[in-house]
This record gives sequence, structure tokens and C-alpha cells, in this order.
Amino acid sequence: MTALESPAKPAGTSDPSPTSRRGRRRATALAPRDKLVLGLMLGIPSLVHLALVWVPALGSVALSFSSWDGIGGFADIEWVGFGNYVDIFTRYPRFWPALQHNLIWLLFLLVVPTVAGLLLAVLLDRQLRFGRIYQSALYLPMVLSLALVGFIWQLIYQPEQGLLNNVLGTAATDPVNWLGDPDINLYAVLVAAGWRHTGYIMLLYLAGLKAVDPALKEAAALDGATAWQTFFRVTFPVLKPVNVVVLVVTVIEGLRAFDIVYVINKGRNGLELLSVLVTDNIIGESSRIGWGSALAVVLLVISLGFIITYLFQVFREEERA
Amino acid sequence: MTFRRSSIPWPRIALHVFLVLTCLVTLAPLLWALYASLRTYDDTARNGYFSVAESLTFDNFSTAWTQADLPRYYLNTLIVTVPALVLVLLLSSMVAYGVSRYSFRFNLVLLMLFTAGNLLPQQVIVTPLYRLYLLTPLPSWLSDSELLLDSQLGLVLIHVAFQSGFCVFVLSNYMKTIPRELGEAARVDGAGVFRQYWQVILPLCRPALAALATLEFTWIYNDFLWALVLIQTGDKMPITSALQNLKGTFFVDNNLVAAGSLLVALPTLVVFFALQRQFIGGLTLGSTKG
Repeated sequence: MTALESPAKPAGTSDPSPTSRRGRRRATALAPRDKLVLGLMLGIPSLVHLALVWVPALGSVALSFSSWDGIGGFADIEWVGFGNYVDIFTRYPRFWPALQHNLIWLLFLLVVPTVAGLLLAVLLDRQLRFGRIYQSALYLPMVLSLALVGFIWQLIYQPEQGLLNNVLGTAATDPVNWLGDPDINLYAVLVAAGWRHTGYIMLLYLAGLKAVDPALKEAAALDGATAWQTFFRVTFPVLKPVNVVVLVVTVIEGLRAFDIVYVINKGRNGLELLSVLVTDNIIGESSRIGWGSALAVVLLVISLGFIITYLFQVFREEERA
Repeated sequence: MTFRRSSIPWPRIALHVFLVLTCLVTLAPLLWALYASLRTYDDTARNGYFSVAESLTFDNFSTAWTQADLPRYYLNTLIVTVPALVLVLLLSSMVAYGVSRYSFRFNLVLLMLFTAGNLLPQQVIVTPLYRLYLLTPLPSWLSDSELLLDSQLGLVLIHVAFQSGFCVFVLSNYMKTIPRELGEAARVDGAGVFRQYWQVILPLCRPALAALATLEFTWIYNDFLWALVLIQTGDKMPITSALQNLKGTFFVDNNLVAAGSLLVALPTLVVFFALQRQFIGGLTLGSTKG
């Protein structure tokens, strides 16, 4: 695709073009009407985005310092400082397990699908008969929603009727309750989530590998490097931008994880996640808005570090261009 | 020795064997669901699921279709997805055009805001958003709840707002690769900003727009959380979020669950098979800098 081709000439530089002699000094000098049109074209979408994404995100931060059960207007909001955070960290029994599950989730996604995806991408990054068919099969799970993935994998994980216990031969004698046992259900769900995530990672690495200059590999081969050395010393370092994208995509995916556990058991009994705790405070049994917002802020803080890393990576290139 | 070895490419055969096995394992959950969905309840009740089918039938699909009222939920999804898709592409392309073709002081800030916005976990937004929707009245011809909450319009709006982050990022990268002279030429001919955008730049972005449309269709179709929180009437739920209720409807009949799941997956599968190039292209566009 075009994105993989070399970038066009940078746009911002104001080189003296012939037109600039005729009155217009800068290429961006606009007639008043054009200014208005452009203002609307930029302003309306930005307003929608800001009002529905950033204002609520900041709202979460503000409400996290409050105690409000949602009844009555804003005047009834009581400000409690860091009270919610203190309570969550010290007294809320579901918080630490949820945080731990989120971290396991992150770690698992960062290791298993990433390694598998990279391996498959390297294997498929060559002239190979049926290569397209392999790719399609491996991409396929990516188009399914995580909610649906949860549904489909329940058919695999059922104790007596599921595919897994039958293949393992434990269905009749001693069926494992993959999704019901709180010691293992998180990992069972992670396999399902990783199943869907691997294709995406493979796709990102395949695109990255295609953009690697073959001359680099040839030069390494001429210098007598083995295939391993070439990959780890030459190809992998060149893939650094892709690695950052993979890291960020995976972390965000991990923090957003919600649908799959909600479909399976509403995120209880070993499947608690921060996202579930937040949602429980809106549509669940309790409606503690300040409390739920404080939980959301914990999510925000974790994700912010990665989002900034990503922005830095992407827009530093921009500056350089 | 060496002669014979090169005549049979063992490494290549091993590679193919490995890849075929991996693909089979990857497809296994779907094939298993498909197999279960084609069998009768009596068959699986008697022989279990891990057995050779006595007969295959499409009955489960028609039962799931009517019993779970699937057409209604497909329609709900359609009502939300199509306007959201059109609006998000329109609004995002306008921002991308402005940001990539003109230089302002706040250019980069705006682009960063959109890019970062698309990476926020939804849960960071959802609590205040729910409150905001609860406080926003709508005329009853727009929403029978008379609020933005529990209205399809509200769902469309959040999809547009949230997804525009990704689309602005991708489209602005794409537009930067279009030579600047093209817009300039139109301007010299007297075309205003909007005409340059609509008649010159946008048509050139067709490949990127097609890729994004494919991707965004899948994402909006697959949304679970927004509808779960912002839609309260079961009858208005889009199909992905309505899955929750399907489980209750089908009770313990796994064949029906399998058939229902596959029917829900069908639109995205069709899009994937028909437009795979666009789908893949959209994701690589988003990840690799142009």
C-alpha cells in the first residue's frame, strides 16, 4: 500500500514558488471566506471529538475526587479529595485482583501473540506457494468481535461437551472446568484473546518486514552472517518502529479488554478486570460514580505512559521530515 | 549426497507442514462451531458433540434466526453503523485535509489530540459520557427516551467521535503523500478550500477511504461496550451487544448458540473475504508511517 512507499516531500516548508512573487507571501495565505470554511471543516469534527472523548476523559479525573451516587444535580456532588483512591487501594477487595489480572493480561499478550505473530510473519515473508491462503486463515479471527470470540470459545471450553477436554481425553473421567475454575479461567480466556490478537501482530510485522531494505540482508549475508544473526542483528533493529506500534496496540488492547470476560461470566470469579469494575459502577449493582471514575483514572494513568511513547515516536518522525 | 538433498526441498516441506497445521489450529474454533451448528439437538444429546454426525442440517440457523429475532438486531446495527461510517469518514477527512494541507500553529497539537484520543481505553470515557447523555434532552421524534441516553443517535455520535481519532491519523498521513501542486493548481483556477477538498483531494483518497470504511465497518459492528452502557432498551441493542441476551434465549442448546454466533459473525466474515485487501491495507496504513 501507499503507506509503505517512501514519503512524499515534506509539506510545511515554504519554498519560494513563482506565485509568491505575486502578492501572496505564504502558501497558506487564505481569503477570509476560505478561512471561515477551513475553520468550520476543522472546528466541527474537533468539537465533536473533544466534547465526547476528551471532556469525558477529563470528567473522569474530576469526578474521581468526588463522592456522588448520581442522584440529584451537580450541586449534590461532595468533594472528597483522594478519598476514593485511598479506599480503592486499601479497602476494596476486588481492586488488587483486577489490577493483577490486567497485568497478567498485558504480559501474556506482549509475549505469546507477539512472538507467535513475529515468527509467522518471518515465515511468511518470502515467495511461498499458498502464502496468501495461509495469511488469510491466520488473519481471520481478527474480524470477530471479542464478545463473539468469548461465545465461540465457550463451545471449546465446556467441561463435558467441549472440544478441548474431549481431545485431551479428560471429558469422561475428570473434566477440567476451564472457564469455571478461578485458578485457570484467566489463562483459558487469554488463549482465546491471544488467538484473535496473533493475526493482528503478524499483519503488523509482515508490513514492517516488507519495508525492510533487502540490500541490508544481502550485505549481512556477504559479511558471512547466519540467518539468525541477520535477523537479530540487522532485521529486528530495523523493525523498531513496528515494535513500538505492536507494544502500544497490545497494551491498549490489554487495558480495554472487557467484552470477552463480560460475555463469559460478567467478569467475576477469577476474571475481574479494571474495565469490569468501572462498568459495574455504571450499569452494575452499585452506582458510585466517583468511585468508578477513580478506577478509570487508574486505567488512564497506565495507558497514558504508552500513549505518550507512541505519540513521541510518531511525531518525532514528523518533525524530522 | 548433496545432489539428492537439493532435489527434495525438505526445509520447505517442513515449513508448509508447520503452516498448514498452524492454520488448522487457528481455524479449529470456527470449524468446531460450524460443525456443532449443522447437527441436530437429538444427535448431539445422544452422541455428544465429539462424535461423527448422524446427519447435517441447516435447521439450527433458521431456528436461531427467528427465535432470537435476529433480523431486528441486524437492523439495529445497520441503523447505527451506516450513518456512523459515513459521518466519521466525512468529518475525519475534513480534519485530515486541513491538518495536512495547511500549516497553523495548532496543527500538530490537533493531530496529536485525535491520535491520542483514539488510544484511550473506553472505560476512561464511559462514566462521564453516560452522565452527559443522561443530562441531554432530545425531542421525542429523535429518540423515544427523549434523552441522548438510550438513543441510536447517541450511539452514532460516540462512534463518530471515538473513531475519528484513528481515521484522522490515517487520512492525514495519506494526504501528505499527495503532491501539493494538485491543490495549488485548483486554487489558481479559482477553486475555494472546500472545492479543493471535495473535488481534488478526496477523490484521490479513494483507496485509503475504502480501506478505512472496511475497517471501521468491522469495528463499529463489533462494538460491545458503548451499546451495552448507552442503550438500555433491549429492543434497540445492536447485534453484538445483544449476544448477551441470546444466551438466555437459547438456554442450553449449544447447537443453536453455535448457529447464532456464526450468523452474527457472518457480515464481518463476508466483508473480510470480499474486501480482504482493503481490510489489511487499512490496518497497515494505520501502523506504518506514510
